Amino acid sequence: MRTVDILIVGGGPAGLAAAVSAYESGCRSILILEREEALGGILKQCIHNGFGLHTFHEELTGPEYAQKYIDKVVEYQIPYQCCTMVLDITEERVVTAVSNVNGLQQFQAKSVILAMGCRERPRGALAIPGWRCSGIYTAGTAQKFVNLEGIMPGKKVMILGSGDIGLIMARRMTFMGAKVLACVELLPYSSGLKRNIVQCLDDYGIPLLLNHTVVDISGRERLEGVTVAEVDPETKQPIPGTETYYECDTLLLSVGLIPENELSKLAGVKISSATGGAEVDENLETSVPGIFSCGNVLHVHDLVDFVSQEAEKAGKKAFQFVQGQLAENGARIPVTGGFGVAGAVPQVLHAGSGGSPVTLMFRPKGVYRNAKISVSAEGTELYSRKYRILTPGEMVSLELGPDLLSRAAGAKELTVKVEA
Amino acid sequence: MRKEITCIGCPMGCRMTAEVEDGKILSVEGYSCNVGKKYAQEELTVPKRMVTSLVHVRGSSRPLPVRTSAPIEKSKIFDCLREIRACEITPPVKIGDVIISRVCGTQADIVATREVF
Ligand SMILES: Cc1cc2nc3c(=O)[nH]c(=O)nc-3n(C[C@H](O)[C@H](O)[C@H](O)COP(=O)(O)OP(=O)(O)OC[C@H]3O[C@@H](n4cnc5c(N)ncnc54)[C@H](O)[C@@H]3O)c2cc1C
Ligand code: SF4
Repeated sequence: MRTVDILIVGGGPAGLAAAVSAYESGCRSILILEREEALGGILKQCIHNGFGLHTFHEELTGPEYAQKYIDKVVEYQIPYQCCTMVLDITEERVVTAVSNVNGLQQFQAKSVILAMGCRERPRGALAIPGWRCSGIYTAGTAQKFVNLEGIMPGKKVMILGSGDIGLIMARRMTFMGAKVLACVELLPYSSGLKRNIVQCLDDYGIPLLLNHTVVDISGRERLEGVTVAEVDPETKQPIPGTETYYECDTLLLSVGLIPENELSKLAGVKISSATGGAEVDENLETSVPGIFSCGNVLHVHDLVDFVSQEAEKAGKKAFQFVQGQLAENGARIPVTGGFGVAGAVPQVLHAGSGGSPVTLMFRPKGVYRNAKISVSAEGTELYSRKYRILTPGEMVSLELGPDLLSRAAGAKELTVKVEA
Repeated sequence: MRKEITCIGCPMGCRMTAEVEDGKILSVEGYSCNVGKKYAQEELTVPKRMVTSLVHVRGSSRPLPVRTSAPIEKSKIFDCLREIRACEITPPVKIGDVIISRVCGTQADIVATREVF
């Protein structure tokens, strides 16, 4: 069995940034395992611009953003294996992987960084009635077909769900000569970025039907059309009599992402029901010592810049763990989400490990105007900030300084909540 | 003439209404900060967009992703896409290589965003 200091599962932006930062911290025994044939993760297929505004202060496309990190990995000669699927991770950090070239391999890692990303919610998770015909894809699968394989999935397209990937695909399909009829959203607002609604739908006259859903799918072999109805905003039930039939050959689903944590579970890592990702502390360490998690496998991010930032921290902390310098002093203080807060990360802080600031992230549960976010310990407010608007489409990120953490020492729990 | 514009500056997404006569902006209302006002003025004079698309690669079914080197006039997007579609490249290509220079008579080039060997 080979030994390695830091083994990174996944070569997307999270895995790459973690590797680069571990190297820059001084680690010289790193290995990245990636199941696809090239590094870059989902960014390989995100050929639109809008990446890296925060990190590089220029608007890059996905492949360009990924390449900046791949270049570093190559420059530092950090070893990586593509076409290598990780099958198992144990609590003792024994990692089993399989590949065409190397067959079955086992590694004993001093530290493991989970960076497996997320996958899209499929049709099965939605329970739309109707025929099981071809022509129904998740938006990300269609994105892969068009942008990587050069294959168009169809000519007349409906989009269900207004997540960013669906919006981006509405514009891509239009650019490639298809007709996009409408984007249908169950909620009274889109979970996508405003910029994408304007530049991907409005610019091309594609209607966004809020409070609507697909109630029937027609077509035996290939999709022939879908029936769309308005829903009651309260009950989310279709309103009889509002059905409209749209003739189309393709339906793209953009209805959310799920962190891919099967491996984490095998390693005994505790999973949060709120985020679908691992429960971590301020060092991004999971419930299993020496196993860290970052990027979309930890919680679904909207901006890749924040993925890179988070992963840099994971790389640094994993190396501190390898050197036996990862101090986790003091009591564990659980962080709970109060009103309006979905899935706060990290879930636990250590009172005494102060010194460096902690980033607390979460997704607002709804749209709140003129709202305040507060962090309090047993009723005493330690931090607050006002926002003109909070929406589920934009993750909130709070920087909690060392002074706040020292004031929280001794608290039984910290609560973050929205006051609107 | 009244025109509706949604600001993309931040998640507020302020809806603005502008009064335009003979290409002159008479008034803009509904913004909450100067970012919105500036955006509305740009949108009402010459709206511009970055364009990203795909170019055929000779001898391969896998396309090369490309983008404009700078935003181009919105009215030229579909002409620009037509020029991109008519184009075919021969590898190797590096990131940043110019595939079409001065696309559609604009100041922008079409550049590669991935390497192909
Ligand atoms: C379809 C899609 C489109 C997106 N579009 C945008 C966008 O337009 N703008 C934006 O800012 N963000 C976008 N995002 C989000 C952004 O791409 C992510 O924030 C970012 O890619 C997350 O990086 P990651 O490294 O955590 O995950 P990923 O990029 O998903 O990388 C994870 C990697 O792990 C590998 N992996 C998984 N399991 C294993 C295993 N068992 N063994 C070996 N390797 C494994 C995968 O193959 C993959 O390469 C999109 C996300 C998706 C899913
Ligand atoms: S006008 Fe200002 S506040 Fe309103 S959306 Fe634009 S940037 Fe945001």
